[in-house]
Amino acid sequence: MSASSRFIDGMSRRHFMSHVAGAAALAAPATAFTNSILANAADLKKRHKSAILLWMGGGPSTMDIWDLKPGAATGGPFKPISTSADGIQICEHMPLMAQQMHHMSLVRSMSTREADHMRGRYYMHTGYVPNPNVEHPSYGAVIAHELADQVPDLEIPPFVSVGSGSVGPGFLGMSWAPFVVDSNGNVRNLDMGIDPTRLSQRLEMLSAIEEKFIGEKRGASSDDHAKVLSKTVKLMTSDQMESFKVMKEPKDVQDRYGNTGFGRGCLMARRLVEQGVPFVEVDLGGWDNHADIFKTLSDNKLPELDKAMAALVSDLSERGLLDDTAIIWMGEFSRTPNINGNAGRDHWARSWSVAVGGAGFKRGVVVGETSSDGKEVVTEPYSAQDLMASVLKSLDISLETTFTAKNGRPMKIANAGKVIKELFA
Amino acid sequence: MARHVHSGRFLSKSAFLGVHLLIAVCLAAVGPLAAGAREKDEHFGLPEVKFINDQVAAGWSDAKLKPSEPASDQEWCRRVHLDIIGRVPTVRELDDYVADSSPVKRANLVGRLLGDDYVDEYARNWADVWTTVLVGRSLDNDNVNRSGMRQWLRRSFSKNVPYDRFVSDLVTATGVNKSGEKGFNGATNFLSGKLEDNGIQATAKTAQVFLGLQVQCTQCHNHPFNKGKQNQFWEFNAFFRQVRALRKFEGTRDVQAIELVDEDWAGEGGNAAQAELYYELRNGQMKVAYPVFIDGTTVDSTGYLPAKMDDGTEYGVNRRQALAQLIVDSPLMPKAAVNRIWSHFFGYGFTRPIDDLGEHNAPSHPELLDGLGERFRGQSFDTKELIRWITLSHAYSLSSRIGKGNATDDPAVGEKPKFSHFYLRQMRPEELYQSLLTATEADQAEEKGEKAARKKDEWLSQFIIAFGTDEGDEATTFNGSIPQVLMMFNGDLVKTATGTGKGGFLDRVATSDMTNAQRIDSLYAAALARKPTRKEIKLANQMMVARKGDAISALQDIWWAVLNSNEFIINH
Repeated sequence: MSASSRFIDGMSRRHFMSHVAGAAALAAPATAFTNSILANAADLKKRHKSAILLWMGGGPSTMDIWDLKPGAATGGPFKPISTSADGIQICEHMPLMAQQMHHMSLVRSMSTREADHMRGRYYMHTGYVPNPNVEHPSYGAVIAHELADQVPDLEIPPFVSVGSGSVGPGFLGMSWAPFVVDSNGNVRNLDMGIDPTRLSQRLEMLSAIEEKFIGEKRGASSDDHAKVLSKTVKLMTSDQMESFKVMKEPKDVQDRYGNTGFGRGCLMARRLVEQGVPFVEVDLGGWDNHADIFKTLSDNKLPELDKAMAALVSDLSERGLLDDTAIIWMGEFSRTPNINGNAGRDHWARSWSVAVGGAGFKRGVVVGETSSDGKEVVTEPYSAQDLMASVLKSLDISLETTFTAKNGRPMKIANAGKVIKELFA
Repeated sequence: MARHVHSGRFLSKSAFLGVHLLIAVCLAAVGPLAAGAREKDEHFGLPEVKFINDQVAAGWSDAKLKPSEPASDQEWCRRVHLDIIGRVPTVRELDDYVADSSPVKRANLVGRLLGDDYVDEYARNWADVWTTVLVGRSLDNDNVNRSGMRQWLRRSFSKNVPYDRFVSDLVTATGVNKSGEKGFNGATNFLSGKLEDNGIQATAKTAQVFLGLQVQCTQCHNHPFNKGKQNQFWEFNAFFRQVRALRKFEGTRDVQAIELVDEDWAGEGGNAAQAELYYELRNGQMKVAYPVFIDGTTVDSTGYLPAKMDDGTEYGVNRRQALAQLIVDSPLMPKAAVNRIWSHFFGYGFTRPIDDLGEHNAPSHPELLDGLGERFRGQSFDTKELIRWITLSHAYSLSSRIGKGNATDDPAVGEKPKFSHFYLRQMRPEELYQSLLTATEADQAEEKGEKAARKKDEWLSQFIIAFGTDEGDEATTFNGSIPQVLMMFNGDLVKTATGTGKGGFLDRVATSDMTNAQRIDSLYAAALARKPTRKEIKLANQMMVARKGDAISALQDIWWAVLNSNEFIINH
């Protein structure tokens, strides 16, 4: 942190803390911060694991991206091209990613059953099918929960979602909820504009009311509210909020990621991972291509994806972050091999692909295979929970971890999915 | 009492004991009176209320639960205002209710909130609720005119249109969706944005909202977990094939308005006398479908609209009108309605989700759900009556404080709700917005009707995340997460509510001839419907000292804290 950093009416952070620290219960995290700045900078540089989920909302047609079937009746017009990874071919409209494929691996044998958007979204994010009686935690909540200890000095939320809302923290509680920002990194309502002494007095009053209500034992949501309040105070006073300011990157860097929401989101993901955020999800929607799919992909979706994803992978690699950062590319499902009457493809979950890379993943390999028309997985099929277990393993998170759901039932992490062995050396 | 956000200073034993003592004293004072009122007239002479009470109580005794004590007058008054008219009570309303010594004061208040005095607020609140149900909260759907939708809903609720007609009007609507256009019918907005791709969304949403059936998965395949079959989806879909959405453009791109019309439909086979559609099985085989209701009732498969031949013979069917009649006659319709409205008042319905009444999803109180549905029909689908029964029930009168005897009754952990205490829930964003206007007495100055509603929409849009799917799925960050807290801390809405400008709420409190203690009391009453505790009074006084007698600034700090509290934003 720079000594010149200032906020709230030009008052320095440290000065602010001296006001807040002694005052209110809600300022406890702020006190922790005051202590933490005394820790030396080397500590902040300590290695930490992170994961970035590139979420393709709507269900992208993976046989037009990662698993092409040229010549098949179902294959569509796109041609495969060779890549920097031996033996891996991907779509011709992904030329920049083609140069990065030695950092990534493909699983072409995903086979799931949820072909409804909301159900598929939930299932792929949590490893569980929706259940009216339990809300399961999503990737971001699980990984943030498991990795937050590695970054004790992190003041911004450990689970950031750029653009989409992701899926919530379920039974892990609202403190692990995604912090949703737009792709410009704007966080609304950050500035209170009053002097810190007054803020601390307000917080003291507020914490008395919170405490009373919690003490009346009316249910968990009153506690949750207080927890989120304290996180908010921490964040409002943190210089780490700078890492959201993607517009502060040099112009040529911004250009490399592309002047798109997804491009800025990927660039922000890199900045956040550098800051220590354990989990970032970046959303790219618009894959629900029931009509006119090929033109949409070649002219629009794929160039946007290609540019941003390739820039992210190569940046992480060049900065030495890739070995500690898992990348997951997926949507809620894929699209029908059969091309419908509107030159589109409909929902399809039975046979599809995801891309992973970084962290402990083996790079440049293809796992599994689909039939020549793309309609069946012909090797061992993998599920959402298998993928999730593999991602957790790549981050050295123990698969023996068991959570306790709110109803007291034990819940094995990643729904006891089995690791996809071929993704590991 | 280890709670990680609270420093030792607040955990001093004496402070805690003090609060508890105070509460104990309050309870002792209020308890017998409230109980006495209840004993005199347990169900206000309404057999439906007795039915609810008996059914819910049977659930308690089965599960060996001891229900919580009754809520205090203030809590109940706040709750019933929030739930029926969508905002907290004013200080005046609160005082009037507390001062009322009638043994049937609850029935009196519900009567007032459902009566003429509050008809506009009632209509505004339920129009908000139903706008979200019918078209979501997202503002960026060109095919929906939210204002038009809301105007129609407000009108329906202000006239208390019977629920069967309400449903029928939405399902069969024709006309233009934008107000001010010739042939305006706001009800068309329910379907105007759902007719693309052969009305797949219209099919799924109509079944879900009005019948509590989740059919969207069966569009492509037989449902793996319940009895839903793919043919049922397409047979239901066949009812929506005569309706067309005609877009009226402004310039070249922007849809200005949409007109829904019914037209003769020739079917995909080109034979209007037997108008059929085709759908594809997963194995690629094509199947044919004609209009058949979910219970197997068939409708003439003609695609012609009703008309007369030269010789006077009538022919043709309006498929949507036929569908509306089948929905209204279905036993599922009142159940779906009762389940939705019950969940509005209790935070949980009898099933989760509330719009899945399929056989695989057993309700928590099947007899109560069926019985209330029948009684709702028996009462000619008078929604206000249903609300009266629910709000006068014993379960609705209970405190949200959980006792030893009902700690296991916690739907938040996945248990089926037993309604043995009031479940905490955060205000809906619309309720928060309206409550801030009310608490700061800004509602009198506020624009009325549609202009105010649009302002609210704009404010709300900061919380809405659209997922970009064809089905218009969306989520909200108004869910207790950080963006919501930031909005409450620093957002314009709260800045305005806590503003100290001349003539504003705080200014009026500060310049009134009250004592400082009374001023603080009035802030607490306006937001929390209670008096401050001794500890809170002490802190407030410290605030006064800190602001060196600048009363309005001190009041502003106190008011900010009160509005930001869990107790304010949680309906309890």
